[in-house]
Amino acid sequence: MKFAVIVFPGSNCDRDMHYAVKDVLGAEAEFVWYEDECDLEKYDGILIPGGFSYGDYLRSGAIAATAEIMEQVKEQAEKGKPVLGVCNGFQILTEAGLLPGALMRNKDLSFICRNQRLVVENNETMFTSQYGKGQIVQFPIAHGEGNYFCDEDTLAELKRNNQIVFTYESNPNGSVENIAGIVNKEGNVLGMMPHPERAVDKWLGSEDGIRLFQSILENWRKTYVAN
Amino acid sequence: MLQTEISPEQIEERKVYREMGLSDEEYENVKKILGRRPNFTETGIFSVMWSEHCSYKTSKPLLKKFPTKGPHVLQGPGEGAGVVDIGDNEAVVFKIESHNHPSAVEPYQGAATGVGGILRDIFSMGARPIASLNSLRFGNLNTERTKYLFSEVVSGIAGYGNCVGVPTVGGEVQFDDCYEENPLVNAMSVGLIRHDEIQKGQAKGVGNTVIYAGPPTGRDGIHGATFASDDLAEDADKDRPSVQVGDPFMGKLQIEACLEVIKSDALVGIQDMGAAGLTSSASEMASKAGTGIEMNLDLVPQREENMTAYEMMLSESQERMLLVVKKGREQEIIDVFTKYGLKAVAIGEVIEEKVFRIKHHGEVVADIPVDALAEDAPVYYLPSEEPAYFREFQKMENAIPEVENHEKMLRTLLQQPTIASKEWVYEKYDSMVQTNTVAGPGSDAAVVRIKGRDKAIAITTDGNSRYIYLDPETGGKIAVAEAARNIVCSGATPLAITDGLNFGNPTNPEIYWQMEKTVDGMSAACEKLQTPVIGGNVSLYNQSKGKAIFPTPIVGMVGLIESLEHVTPSFFQEAGDLIYVIGDAEAEFGGSELQNVVNGKYEGKAPALDLDKEAKRQSQLLKAIRSGIVVSAHDIAEGGLAVALAEKLFSGKNLGAEVELAGNPTVELFSETQSRFIVSVKPENKDAFEAIVDDAKQIGTVTASGELVIHVDGEEVVNQSAEQLQALWKGAIPCRLKSKE
Repeated sequence: MKFAVIVFPGSNCDRDMHYAVKDVLGAEAEFVWYEDECDLEKYDGILIPGGFSYGDYLRSGAIAATAEIMEQVKEQAEKGKPVLGVCNGFQILTEAGLLPGALMRNKDLSFICRNQRLVVENNETMFTSQYGKGQIVQFPIAHGEGNYFCDEDTLAELKRNNQIVFTYESNPNGSVENIAGIVNKEGNVLGMMPHPERAVDKWLGSEDGIRLFQSILENWRKTYVAN
Repeated sequence: MLQTEISPEQIEERKVYREMGLSDEEYENVKKILGRRPNFTETGIFSVMWSEHCSYKTSKPLLKKFPTKGPHVLQGPGEGAGVVDIGDNEAVVFKIESHNHPSAVEPYQGAATGVGGILRDIFSMGARPIASLNSLRFGNLNTERTKYLFSEVVSGIAGYGNCVGVPTVGGEVQFDDCYEENPLVNAMSVGLIRHDEIQKGQAKGVGNTVIYAGPPTGRDGIHGATFASDDLAEDADKDRPSVQVGDPFMGKLQIEACLEVIKSDALVGIQDMGAAGLTSSASEMASKAGTGIEMNLDLVPQREENMTAYEMMLSESQERMLLVVKKGREQEIIDVFTKYGLKAVAIGEVIEEKVFRIKHHGEVVADIPVDALAEDAPVYYLPSEEPAYFREFQKMENAIPEVENHEKMLRTLLQQPTIASKEWVYEKYDSMVQTNTVAGPGSDAAVVRIKGRDKAIAITTDGNSRYIYLDPETGGKIAVAEAARNIVCSGATPLAITDGLNFGNPTNPEIYWQMEKTVDGMSAACEKLQTPVIGGNVSLYNQSKGKAIFPTPIVGMVGLIESLEHVTPSFFQEAGDLIYVIGDAEAEFGGSELQNVVNGKYEGKAPALDLDKEAKRQSQLLKAIRSGIVVSAHDIAEGGLAVALAEKLFSGKNLGAEVELAGNPTVELFSETQSRFIVSVKPENKDAFEAIVDDAKQIGTVTASGELVIHVDGEEVVNQSAEQLQALWKGAIPCRLKSKE
């Protein structure tokens, strides 16, 4: 399985994401600079890493969401390929309309970096099948704008379609319903504020993130073999 | 600020050079060097280059005393940052720098650009920055202004550091009245590099092209270096325009572009435009290479219209780099910057004649021998005088402050801002990006692993100015020794230090005496503990209204952990483990937290430091750690043994400790006697541990009770729930920030 790690000006978790899927998971991964002429068709999964694309100017994720490469990301997403956006990647996915809702400034208006316990609400996605339902996992968070918000109708729909994938055990940022990560209706685009790529090594305090990447890989293998 | 340019004659007549910071004597010297009167631009160039900030003219004689060589040192002081070998063809590049004056008048930008500046020093050496730390000093958290300075400085560090994707892995914050008007912001950064990629900031090769890379030059930060080289005036607010404005997004792009550029063999030299911007970077690069540089300011990207040569040469606009590139290969380099949306343009060339020649609108506006600016800057040997306060303090007996209720005192101490948890601060910093942070903020030393290897580096910043105020020589030793203790506790061998020397006005002989003695003390400790000084920064004139800060050298130390298995936590890990203290407590309270709480002042003798004892205990503890028989290790610092014991329980593991001590309870619990550690060891390793560490004494056991229980001479003096103590310790700073004056 071959992943593309999309790099925007100001992305800063790109190398961490690459390390997690390539060195820890053992899959193939390549950096794709947002301006490079590149056909995303040749990748099996797309990773949009965290950071401060375009310095978070205007709104976090807003400028990156309008980059040409995002058109390709949308096309690949429509084909059902896994697309994972973490932190700033999640913000980009909501700004690009690939996921509903928005990420507002944290409730107490300041950046928070800490290890956070999460609940796996939905383990029937291609990103979470290696976890148990209701399992508690620990991923670091590091964001100033991770306060997930959506209107009531959207929230009802998220619940109805089982799109809420991760919630915070205790809410660090004011997110609606403790939401930490959601998938699109089709289940192949996951956006989340916590960083699974930072939880891939015992020396970093948690290895819980590995299973997320393993889930993607396992599900891809199944599909690939089935086809 | 001077608006219109005046003639060389008028500069002399009206003594305009004085406003720029040159003395009469220095002005005469400039005339002699040039063989004529300097024009306005040249006067400005000399004044910034000869400012303390750029020339170290008063501190140079002292800095020479530091040991700077060692088997691991690949690059000592003199380049952007020092470089230390860590094996496997890898090295760490690190440096600390102050941004005190700017942070006093514009705390957010002052702190943010402090971080940006030190990062540029690291990546301009060719290294990828892998960790940042900071050392902060503020007045006591009881005025609205101090709270404002504190929270804005923290936000500024977070704002820049988080965006550029370099983890802020550690640091320290202390609070004392002497910093009320003069907060200190010292930022340290560490980079990782391969030996063969180390860059030098040199303008070699006559005919090669000088390239300017980064955002355009504006009128910000003009004379920032001069501003930093004088007392902070009461109306310092007017100096706000001397403060630079940072753009971390540009900083991030600049890091990636420069790290890509250094891979090209078209690059000859690279240096950041820090203090005194274009002037210092260009003249230093030429001076180091024994060449000259000619630049045309018409080619310099400009953010504002009608900028004068003076403004452009003195601007400290941020995120700019100066490169020297092989002639004919400019485009390759420019293309890399263009990829990252950064402007890079050729603005001049390296010339044989050793002059710094600046052209603007077709005229030569500055023509100065290069060495006059850098190498031949004046050096002053200032008078020094032992202050009366020191003699008085030395005569005082070691008094034991009166403590009625030791349990209550422990709670009080845990809530002193200097001791209290700094979680409120470090949770605002991304401490984990780059996924190498094995031990982050809140540990004795930060531990950052080296990916792909079984090794890590330990990093700490330290400097207890209270001891140094009481006795600069002893305090200087303590500053280095304490940093080394933190490094050793984490499982590392101390390698080298960078020093951030913060003092008052050196022309005051008593201040100069403090500087002298501090450097003597630090040098002695560096020799003994084999941690040479590989670079650093001097910040003087940290005083206002005639009141100077305590002498505050910050020691930034880096150590090497040879195997990840040696990484040692500071917290107790398991019930049943034996608790050892290394070293006995003496009645030493000069400069202690207890003395401050009980007497409201610092006086008397600083705690004594025996460097032989220090070195022996450190090496024995390290040996025990490497033998795999130490479960946890923590040094005893502010607040003494009782505070250190409580801190060892603050891991959320619900552990407790039963401890039996003998002697005077106040001394046993709160003395700040040096060279002491608390260690936990598995019962089965008791003999092995005692065989290695001479001065270790078992004082108790780790329990599962969640209670800290301390007996002295059989009497229970503390019995507290660790959870409650932790809540007090954690809540103290947020609580102070919320309370109104």
